[in-house]
Amino acid sequence: MGKTSLEVVYRGIFQKTLARNICRAIVLAARKEGKVGIGFGRYGDSPERNGIPAKYFAVVADTQEELEENLAMYEADNVDVTVAVDDTLCKGVESWGWYGLQPINQLTKNTGTVLVTSVQGRSDLVRDIHTKDVPYNIGVVQGSTSFSGLWVYKDDHTDVRVLGAICKVCPEMVSLESMEEAILEQWNNPVKVDSARKSHDRIETRVVEPGEGNPEEPFSFDLPGWTTMEEALVVRNVEQGAGFRGGDGGYEPVRNPYFKKWSTRTMRPVVNFETCIKCTLCWLHCPDSCFDVTPDGLYDSNMESCCGCGVCEDVCPVPDCITMVNEAEFEGNLSQWEDWNTNKDGYNKWMTEIVEKQKTQEPRSHGFHHVGQYREEVGSVTDSRNVVEGL
Amino acid sequence: MSTTIEKPEQELLISGSEAIAIACSMADVDVITAYPIRPYDTVMQYVSRLVADGEMDCEFIVAESEHSQFEIVKHASAVGARVFCGSSGVGWFYAFEALAVTAGLRLPVVAMVGNRALDDPGAFGTEHNDALAVRDLGWMLNWVATAQEALDTALMAWRIAEDPRVFLPCAISADGSFLTHSQVLTNVPDKSLVDKFLPRYDRGDKVLHPDNPITVAPQVNEDWLMEIRRQTDDGMRRAKGVVEEVHEEFRDIFGRGTPSPFFEEYMTDDAEVVFVGMGTLALPVRVAVRQMREQGIKVGFVRIKWFRPFATEEIKACLSRFKAIGVVDRDYSFGSPDFGGVLYNDIRAALYDSEKKPLVISFIAGLGGREVRGQNVVEMKDVMYEALATGKIDRDKQWIGVRR
Repeated sequence: MGKTSLEVVYRGIFQKTLARNICRAIVLAARKEGKVGIGFGRYGDSPERNGIPAKYFAVVADTQEELEENLAMYEADNVDVTVAVDDTLCKGVESWGWYGLQPINQLTKNTGTVLVTSVQGRSDLVRDIHTKDVPYNIGVVQGSTSFSGLWVYKDDHTDVRVLGAICKVCPEMVSLESMEEAILEQWNNPVKVDSARKSHDRIETRVVEPGEGNPEEPFSFDLPGWTTMEEALVVRNVEQGAGFRGGDGGYEPVRNPYFKKWSTRTMRPVVNFETCIKCTLCWLHCPDSCFDVTPDGLYDSNMESCCGCGVCEDVCPVPDCITMVNEAEFEGNLSQWEDWNTNKDGYNKWMTEIVEKQKTQEPRSHGFHHVGQYREEVGSVTDSRNVVEGL
Repeated sequence: MSTTIEKPEQELLISGSEAIAIACSMADVDVITAYPIRPYDTVMQYVSRLVADGEMDCEFIVAESEHSQFEIVKHASAVGARVFCGSSGVGWFYAFEALAVTAGLRLPVVAMVGNRALDDPGAFGTEHNDALAVRDLGWMLNWVATAQEALDTALMAWRIAEDPRVFLPCAISADGSFLTHSQVLTNVPDKSLVDKFLPRYDRGDKVLHPDNPITVAPQVNEDWLMEIRRQTDDGMRRAKGVVEEVHEEFRDIFGRGTPSPFFEEYMTDDAEVVFVGMGTLALPVRVAVRQMREQGIKVGFVRIKWFRPFATEEIKACLSRFKAIGVVDRDYSFGSPDFGGVLYNDIRAALYDSEKKPLVISFIAGLGGREVRGQNVVEMKDVMYEALATGKIDRDKQWIGVRR
């Protein structure tokens, strides 16, 4: 008698098929051991939206009655394994239909495991993950973020490598033997079975002690009741904006205080304030009005609003003035302009280094900006036999 | 009964929507129309996949609106095609004129309503008011609780709707998210069994065809209309018997299904206090009932499956056995008697001339797809026992799980 559950936290569009394939394989493999199961996406999410954090769940149980305790729900109450298939999600999950920041390990059980696909080390990831008051384990499935697609599928074996690791860290959910059988049945490819087994054998985890990690209180707020809420679906406007950081000069829009975008982005813009020609294009084109106008007429991207789409980088006419940099490089959400303003040399040095480093890295997808980009990104593989269809 | 199964069933990991799509394929539906709206669109996504993969042969027409998609299947049904269509929430309402005429013309359209809250405010979660809006029009209406039941009920729906004694449209309601977007292991029967169970749709001499020159849908006035309405009424009265007949035959051929076609009882044998509800609400309520039973509390649950036709006598006989009935509506009927839900008022009316009259209490829960959790069920149980002890119903405790 028993029940085990798993969540896959992924980014909308790019990884929907990946998340679903992982959860389906879990249920189908567990079936080989006589268990029953269910796979479901968190319904309030909007996984069709570019890069939005979303979740998929798999629950397996020995009996139908035990499974029933997890039916007709949006999320499992807790999970044995949390899988993050994009390491920037370690900073937290803010769904399209979610208000507040959910730590990546929020549902992870006491002594459960967080598995992350990443090229970062375990301790780098733990620094981003919110603290928990019970211990859990962390393991890294080595690899860059998989861009698996929605309608086509870039078959880079991330799915089976994650599945192999799951069998190692939570054998009570499903054994490697059953998983190998299910993988062969579903993909008809012995190489994928090998990938799963190698990942199973290689995965190492370490305990994250209570209190270890990012100590920040995750952003949250209370929802009003029916007696306290304004009637007739009226939403009052926010105030007009005013001067930069409350001062007289510049301009800063007043933002919705309840909707932050601290974890929706996978990259963030880094601005070279020395070469900026104050052309206004980034400010004008930003779909989230994330640029604050500083008193000296520069544009400071505000991390409470930036969803990391990269439009600013695209429209900026000055080479390297705005560069999208991997979100994993950052710990806080502080103002770049204030940093530059207090210590120009220090900022310029940091900025030059991080931009140069970014140029050496494999580019990662952070939104579609032009027609045909999708084909460019998966294009080289769409005609090869490695691409299998969505399901 | 399982001895009648000739070939093993195939077990697939599919959602309630995908189960309905597979039923369409097995029933050899001729015309399917589609217009996207969440959560119903998960059916058409799977149907279009089956068509594209060559696994299903049908006219698959993507219409330009919900109204048109229902008009198209209405006409197709008149010329003798087996049809399927569906929608959700306000999409279903946009088709309303077509929905009304389909029943008026006695056309056996089978539809799926992926239950969704009505706008405004825009919301994706389940609420039953969309499907319930057609309850008075001559549409047969049922609610399913699992993907398996969705598949089975769809197969029965064509058989019942296309029975010449009935010739009425039928809507299968499936809760958005919990059914439409959750994949569970589901038994898909062998096609040969479906063929044995479900004969071709035959509209007989009512078929609209050049070889059979007839006119349908003339204009009439007060001198004709009442007789026509009485005929629809009679069709719905006969439908009840046909539901029973078809359900029995389904159980014989496929070896599964609840004893009663109209409702399912859970832990009711010696129950004092019983919850009544429809759809996936059953899942958390059953879990809570089991837990309360472990504590010796005599609670039970009755899940209503067919809402139209409403099995008045059977439901009356079932529910009059208990001391108190808590009807949990995943819908609202603002300004109705007791400000109660739609199901509540029908249940209460059915029990009016019963010799034994249990207390009937209305609960409104799970609107907009809010989860109904175990603690909500315990809360309702407390209200019911309090009403039994005092003889008075506290109507301030009618809304369950709402923030004050």
